Amino acid sequence: MSLDRRSLLRSLATAGAAAVAVEGTAQARVRPMAPADALGLLYDTSLCIGCKACVVACREANGTKPETSNSPGGIWDAPMDLDGQTKTVIKLYKSPDGIQRSYFKAQCMHCVDPACTNACMLGALKKKEHGIVSYDPSLCVGCRYCQMACPFNVPKFEWAKAAPKIVKCELCRERAKGQPAVDGSGFTRYPKGQGPACAEVCPRSAVIAGTRAELLAEARRRIASHPGRYKGFREDDPPKIFGETDGGGTQVLYLSHVAFEKLRLPNLSDQPVPEVQQTIQHGIYQGFAAPILLYGLLGAAVFRNRRAAGEKPEKGGES
Amino acid sequence: MSSEARRVGGPLTTRPFLTLAAIFAVAAALILWRLVAGLGATTALSDAYPWGLWIAFDVVTGTALACGGYAMAILVYVLNKGRYHPMVRSAILTSALGYTIAGLSVVLDIGRPWLAWKIPLFFWKWNLHSALLEVALCIMSYMVVLWIELSPAFLERAAEGKGTIAGASRKILPILEKALIWIIALGMLLPTMHQSSLGSLMLLTGPKLHPLWQTPLLPLLFLVSCIAMGFAAVVFESALSSHLFRRRPETEMLAGLARAVIPVLGVFFVLRLADVAWRGQLARAFAFDRYALAFWVETALFVAGLAMLANRSRLRDLGHLFRTAMIIMLGGGLYRFNTYLVAYRPGDDVSYFPSVPEFTITLGLVALEILAYAVIVKSFPILSGAPRAAAER
Ligand code: SF4
Ligand code: SF4
Ligand code: SF4
Repeated sequence: MSLDRRSLLRSLATAGAAAVAVEGTAQARVRPMAPADALGLLYDTSLCIGCKACVVACREANGTKPETSNSPGGIWDAPMDLDGQTKTVIKLYKSPDGIQRSYFKAQCMHCVDPACTNACMLGALKKKEHGIVSYDPSLCVGCRYCQMACPFNVPKFEWAKAAPKIVKCELCRERAKGQPAVDGSGFTRYPKGQGPACAEVCPRSAVIAGTRAELLAEARRRIASHPGRYKGFREDDPPKIFGETDGGGTQVLYLSHVAFEKLRLPNLSDQPVPEVQQTIQHGIYQGFAAPILLYGLLGAAVFRNRRAAGEKPEKGGES
Repeated sequence: MSSEARRVGGPLTTRPFLTLAAIFAVAAALILWRLVAGLGATTALSDAYPWGLWIAFDVVTGTALACGGYAMAILVYVLNKGRYHPMVRSAILTSALGYTIAGLSVVLDIGRPWLAWKIPLFFWKWNLHSALLEVALCIMSYMVVLWIELSPAFLERAAEGKGTIAGASRKILPILEKALIWIIALGMLLPTMHQSSLGSLMLLTGPKLHPLWQTPLLPLLFLVSCIAMGFAAVVFESALSSHLFRRRPETEMLAGLARAVIPVLGVFFVLRLADVAWRGQLARAFAFDRYALAFWVETALFVAGLAMLANRSRLRDLGHLFRTAMIIMLGGGLYRFNTYLVAYRPGDDVSYFPSVPEFTITLGLVALEILAYAVIVKSFPILSGAPRAAAER
């Protein structure tokens, strides 16, 4: 006796068709926008002299220990990348022929629609005041899905600890006590010692803080007044502000005199990174209606087929 | 009594038992070390590869291999193939054990396990956008569901004797039997949800997942593959245990199950290749890199599995069935392993290879699973089919 293969195929085909239909009808979700008071940073590689004052200031502001294990004799703070005790780092790009050089500052990008906050089960990572992607360890189970999800590989984990936490830039939100005000040059600033520390100490204003709108306006002004200075994602692309639209936009923005791809920034489309997943999940689940409906159908099927399934057979009535 | 399952009996502490126990003891010591010293000291995991062997194998592959209970439930209760009912209980046992071990692995893997209780209880904090939250909640509930589904086996054993426990068991059993409809339905709903969501999970890694694997079809591919793997696991487990416990093999039924895999695996295979082609990524399969290699090994296993299934006359040969099931489990397992680990590309100059403690703990947990299986089938009515001695008499 052969199993009725056709009926199995039929149910599989129905399930597949249902899934496709659901995906087809699912509306793309409404894209989140940056809040009007979204704070961020603008980093301009053409102004940075690689002094790393920001790295030191970040340590002081956040109480992180210097990462000395990579330096001879262990005497210099020389983080190789962002890590469990380093929330920002200055890296150096050098072209193979050594002619083209650029520094590059890494930290959390504070995405407008972040992959990490979509990943996090209890919202330990969450967009809070001013759109700052903030971390609450009391809700973090250490699953590290945020690390898997972040397209910039930003969240880091304290691997050496038995009680580890996620570490990443939170735009110095813990320092902010007073209210931000607009300063003489038209930027939203906190009183001294309360805003993003890296921007506060930069001697060349290579990294500045402000609202996203202010920073975008400033970046556009710089591109307009310095034709030929700034690059796009690839060498031959027109100049662009990285983060204006990339991956749905970020609150930390970059301008660069070296193609962004060389700085190893990911080539993201304008689509927010979580969008495909969210569209599909919401499509499949239709709120929670689809699982409830399926549960009812399955219950009915079990009810109908259970007796035939020999739940109460005669003793030895197998054959 | 409501089932024709019988306990196997026989001594518990055999030589294989002691060997497995020894392996688990070593793993247990390492588990303690992991909890005291932290993940950095005991694993090869890093910020670049935050998920390694334990997630990719123990959880993602392990739960799919533990989908036997799910696959059998679909067959018996949805497709109304009542004659397979005698095999449901042992499939449920393997599923219950597989999911329990996966749950244990998760506890070991997460960095802050002492807060894990907040996941089910802090419902006002639930991030309903998180695919991982859905997977976690579904797997937790499914574990409970599986043990409830299995509980009649324990109650039947308890009802055998005299005394209050036996009396109570006899009273509970019929009530449980009635309530079981909704439990069984849950036992199909939950895997449908979390097995597909295990696919959706990796959608969020976006460009970090190699295009041969990154596709909007991930949820469907994960769902279909777990059903094929579930059937294969039932065949594998049943063939193996009939051999080891010297019971009459249910060759007829196993052949039937193997035939049930054909359309499922076929659909998976067609979807998988059509998807890669449709997205215009086929050229990447010929790129001569490790991704292309992983893709072809995976594909070769599926082709081999389908070819072995197509050999209808040999499907009544227990050895052939066993090998076929193994190939399908390997293929499906590799597809998942690749999706979670091999095809994950966090950067250019980073790599991951599991540490000795990671391997040992995984091995130890598998040993624990086999141990628990043996103890339970020997002590409780799980397996159907008469002992071979009785059958030959
Ligand atoms: S850069 Fe990464 S960690 Fe920062 S908000 Fe975006 S996704 Fe989250
Ligand atoms: S590791 Fe913590 S912060 Fe990151 S996703 Fe998991 S629970 Fe959230
Ligand atoms: S904003 Fe604060 S935490 Fe973030 S990089 Fe700058 S100094 Fe560090």
